[in-house]
Parts: sequence; structure tokens; C-alpha cells
Amino acid sequence: MDILSAYPSWPITHGAALLVVLPLLLGAIVSILPREKMAWAITLIVSLILTVTAFGLVLTIFGGETQLYKLGGWDPPHGISFVIDGLNTPVLFLISAMALLCTIYGLPSVAAEVEPKKRAPFYAAFLIGVAGLLGMVVTGDAFNVFVFLEVSSISTYVLVAMGASRDRRALKAAYNYLILGSIGATFFVIGLGFLYMETGTLNMADIGRILADLDGGSRVAMVAFGFITVGLGLKLAMFPLHMWLPGAYAHAPSFVTVFLASTATKAALYLMLRFTFTIFDPSFDYVMAVIMYVLTGVGVAAMLLGSLQAIFQTDARRTLAFSSIAQVGYMLLGVGIATAAGLSAGYLHLLNHAVIKGCLFFALGAFWYRYGITRCEDFNGLGKMMPWTMGAFTIGGLSLIGVPATAGFVSKLNLVIAAMERGWGWAVIIIMVTSILALVYIGRLLLAAYFQSPPEINGEVVVRNEAPLMMLIPMWFLALLSIAIGINADLVSEAARNAASVLLGGGV
Amino acid sequence: MTPHVILRVVSKFLIPLIAMFAFYVQFHGDFGPGGGFQAGVILAASVILYALIFGLAEAKKAIPPSWVRIGMTLGVLLYGGTGVMTWLLGGEFLNYGVFSPEHPSHGQHWGILLVELGVLLAVASVMVAIFYAFGSRQPDLTEEDW
Repeated sequence: MDILSAYPSWPITHGAALLVVLPLLLGAIVSILPREKMAWAITLIVSLILTVTAFGLVLTIFGGETQLYKLGGWDPPHGISFVIDGLNTPVLFLISAMALLCTIYGLPSVAAEVEPKKRAPFYAAFLIGVAGLLGMVVTGDAFNVFVFLEVSSISTYVLVAMGASRDRRALKAAYNYLILGSIGATFFVIGLGFLYMETGTLNMADIGRILADLDGGSRVAMVAFGFITVGLGLKLAMFPLHMWLPGAYAHAPSFVTVFLASTATKAALYLMLRFTFTIFDPSFDYVMAVIMYVLTGVGVAAMLLGSLQAIFQTDARRTLAFSSIAQVGYMLLGVGIATAAGLSAGYLHLLNHAVIKGCLFFALGAFWYRYGITRCEDFNGLGKMMPWTMGAFTIGGLSLIGVPATAGFVSKLNLVIAAMERGWGWAVIIIMVTSILALVYIGRLLLAAYFQSPPEINGEVVVRNEAPLMMLIPMWFLALLSIAIGINADLVSEAARNAASVLLGGGV
Repeated sequence: MTPHVILRVVSKFLIPLIAMFAFYVQFHGDFGPGGGFQAGVILAASVILYALIFGLAEAKKAIPPSWVRIGMTLGVLLYGGTGVMTWLLGGEFLNYGVFSPEHPSHGQHWGILLVELGVLLAVASVMVAIFYAFGSRQPDLTEEDW
């Protein structure tokens, strides 16, 4: 804990609120700045401060300390409290760190993809979206979750629509996302209403305690649980509710795609875990039934159908989007196993998948930046045209498949072990089958990139044109991180075990 | 003679009253129903009424769109800045008690006053901004092309 002692004490004790307040206020300031460079610089500084603060909070968690931050000094359950514990802190760090990497990547990428006069508002919307995501993860108040969910969603719709200057279909994708996202938020808040009706409180810990006293509560609590599961399911692209995701990922600016893929669905999945295991409890019959039959069922369906659909896409970004839906299935399968091993495997995959998909989408953004490529058939010869970018893409792809010594292998191995312990041999078979499907859709791109020759335009072979350094740094950081996790996963595994023990220990 | 002379005269008389009522609602929030959100909406309604009667161009001359953007930001910053002040004075975020350590209830009073002013500014600006955004849209087809 040497690094922690180097921290001043203020960012640690007030860090929970700082994570939300800083991007929210600076987002407001950035929205009226005239110059895009200034907006970018402020965004970079803010995300750097967020990352450092969140890292400090992660260190306190490894030191075994949890925190309850009382907003305005009002005690829970009446006041709003922010919570720092083993379950949410790794997600907080993930969101802050991805925001930092995306901002570094954004300097060339946003300049290429967004209209000049919309670039400063773009960064403003991004900062407010970061504030919303961090807020919905850090808060200990159920209604506050809804508020921050809306803050992050609305800014995300704007960010997706900003892709319109590159690809007009972004407008349709953003509209689609807006409608489905609003339905999800509505379902979620209806569920909260029922929950409030049953328990008379909105504080998460308090709801959990009262529901445990009521032994699961009446039919009202059951209905609440159903609405909340469906609402959050829409946000995290749970299998039949995923229709907004491929369009949004495929047509948004690359910057936004990376950020969405590696944080937005993860934050929603964290909420699903929080609601299912600590507010409600698997010891209630109806919760266990949903975990066993609904979450596991849709998880397995997502793994199979998502991977199959990924194979038949012609656009590389859509391939990866469907692969994301399949990967959410892995996480839900981990939740469905519902043992400590299963939960920690699901949580581990949540963290690893963010690293892997971030790397892959960074690389896809760089391909578009240099050659305007998004279709799978245009991958021919990319291994020679952009060797470094393609190298990062290859590492990310292998990690997605689950090749040993990569992050994907670690989480799939943990998932297989957890399934075996539970006696679910069929789940192991499905994990194997979907890994082979991943091999097909990633392999198709890799084969084209390395074993086809670069295309000829007007009789001349397209020359090598590597991505700028600002794009390569975040991409390779994630690629190397995924190998580092593959070789030594102690830290992330411990984070995942902490999270699982929070989930199964009960209480916030 | 300009058209709608009765509307113009009556609304010229009413608009200041509406704006004043907005502030009544704002400060009445201390003792009863009211507060920044409602007051902001009423204040924005007075601007919107002006735009409806005298035209959008006149309204934009009176309240320029650039002010509206700054107003939105200032409102948020006034609210957030109050919280930052409480941080600087050593309390939790938005713990207004620290404004007046001897009488925390006085501190609460001042804090909520500042925060509600921020809400007023932000809500009024956003309402006007939404009206300007929709009002300034040009139809894709002119009336004759139909």
C-alpha cells in the first residue's frame, strides 16, 4: 500500500463525489468553449484526474476499506449516499481509465469524424456521459441510479448521432437507441416505483434489509424485480433486447463506439448484479428462478446466436457488435451459475472484455481513419498496409477467441471451472462451441489481412500508411494489458473475488 | 396600424407581471410550494410569450441565444460551485451547514438559496433554448411547394 500513502487524503475521502462532480461541472464549461483544442485539453486533464482518483479508491479496496460518502452530510437512508466497495470500485476505475484512453485516441479520431463546430460540444457531451456512468455506478441510492442512467443515456444518444457527418445512418441508429433506451429507463423506473411502494425507501442498503425482513416481499416486489430486470436488460443488451446495439456501434464515431463497448454495457451489468444479489437476494424464490432460467437461458442464447450472427456480417464493426452481444452472454452465464466461482468469473469477464473490445474497436477506428475501411472484404492485405494496428487487432482478436496467455483465456477458463464445479457440463460444451464460432469470425478477418495481398487502385498497390502515434498508444496499451492479464491475472482475479464476496455476503 | 394591437398592448402589460410572479414563486419556495424549477419555467414563459407576440427575431434581439447558452452553464456552475465551496470549507459536497458553523441552519438557508438560483437560471435558459431551437427551424418545403 505504498502508492496509497503517496496520495493526499482529500481525494480519497471525497473521491466518491469528486468522480461525479468534476466531469459534470467541467462538461458544462466545455459546452461553451469556442475552441476544440481547449475542449480536448480539459477533457484529457479531467479524465486523468478521474483515473488517478479511481486508482486510489481501488487501492483502498485492496486494503480492505469500504466507504460510505454522505452527500450534503445527510445520513442514509434519508440522504443520498455514495458507496465505495469491492463491487463497484473496479468498474469505476475501468470507466475512468477508458475515458482517458479514448480521449488520447480522440485527438486525431474526432478531428476526422466530427464536424468542426460540433467538436467542443462533442467533448462536453462525452464528459457529461462519463459523469452519468460514474454516478450510476457509485451511488447507493436506487432513484439516483435512474437519474444518472438518464444523464449518461441522453449524452450517449447525442454522441452516437454525432457520427452523422461521417455516416448518415448514425441518425437512425441514434433514434433507434433513443427509443429503446427510453423504454428501458421507463421499465427501470416503474420497477423502482413498485419497490418504493413495497419498502418505503430508496436507499439500496435499506431496501435490501427491508426485503430480507419481509422474506422477499409480496407480489409487488416480484413485479418490481421483473420490471427492473427488463429495464436493465435493455441497457446492457441482454439477448432479445439487444436490437439497438449493432446499429449504434456500427455508425457512431469510433471514439464513441470504443467508449460504449467497453463501459456503458458494463455499468448496466454492474447494476444488474447489484440489484439481483444485494438489493434483492437469490434466497428469494422468484429471484433464484430468474437467475436460473431467465439469465442463464438468455445468456446461452446470446452466446450461440450472437456468435452465429457475427459470422454472417459484412461490416467489421457489426461483426464485433454481435460478438459483444455474445460476450454479454458469457457474463450472464457466470451470473447464472450463481456460485462464488461463477460470479467472479462473470465479473472477471466483464473487466477483460472491456479491455479486449476496447483494443479491437480502437484498431477498427484506425483502419477507417487511414483507408476509410469498415467492410470485412476490405481487410485484404491490411497486415502489410498497417502492420502495427493489425498487430494490436490480432492480439485483441486472439484474446477474444480465448487463446492461452491472453485475458480472454483467463476468464473463459474460470467460467469453465465454475460451470464444472456446478456440474453444468452442457455449459462447458457451449463455451467451447462459441469459442470456435469466435475463431471463425475473427479468423476470417485475420486471414484476409495477412494472406491476401493489398488491393490495387488504378494499377498501383496501396502503400503502407500506419496509424498516428496518438491512436497506436491507447491501442497497444490495451493489447499489452490483455497479454499481461493472460500471463498474470492475480490482480484482476482478486478484484473479481472481492466483488463476488460482496455479492454473496449481502449488504452494500 | 400593426395587427394584433390588443394582444400587443395586453402582453406588454402582462410580461413584466409574469416575470415578477416567477421571482415570487422562486422565493416563496422557502416557505411553501415553489422553487427554482417552477420559477424558471414561468420566467421562460414570459420570454416565450414575447416571442409569440412580437416574433422570434425580436425576442432574439432582447435575449440573444448566446446569453441563453451562457445562462445554462452558469446555472449548473452556480449549483455545482456551491458544492465546491462547501468542499473548500471542509465539509461534504453540498453540506450547506459549513457556511455558518455556529448556526448550521442558517448555512442551510443560504446554501439552498444559492442552489435554487442556479436551478432558476438553468431551467429558464434551457426552456428558452428549446423554444429557440424549435422556433428557428426552417420547413423543408415552402408553403407554395406543397
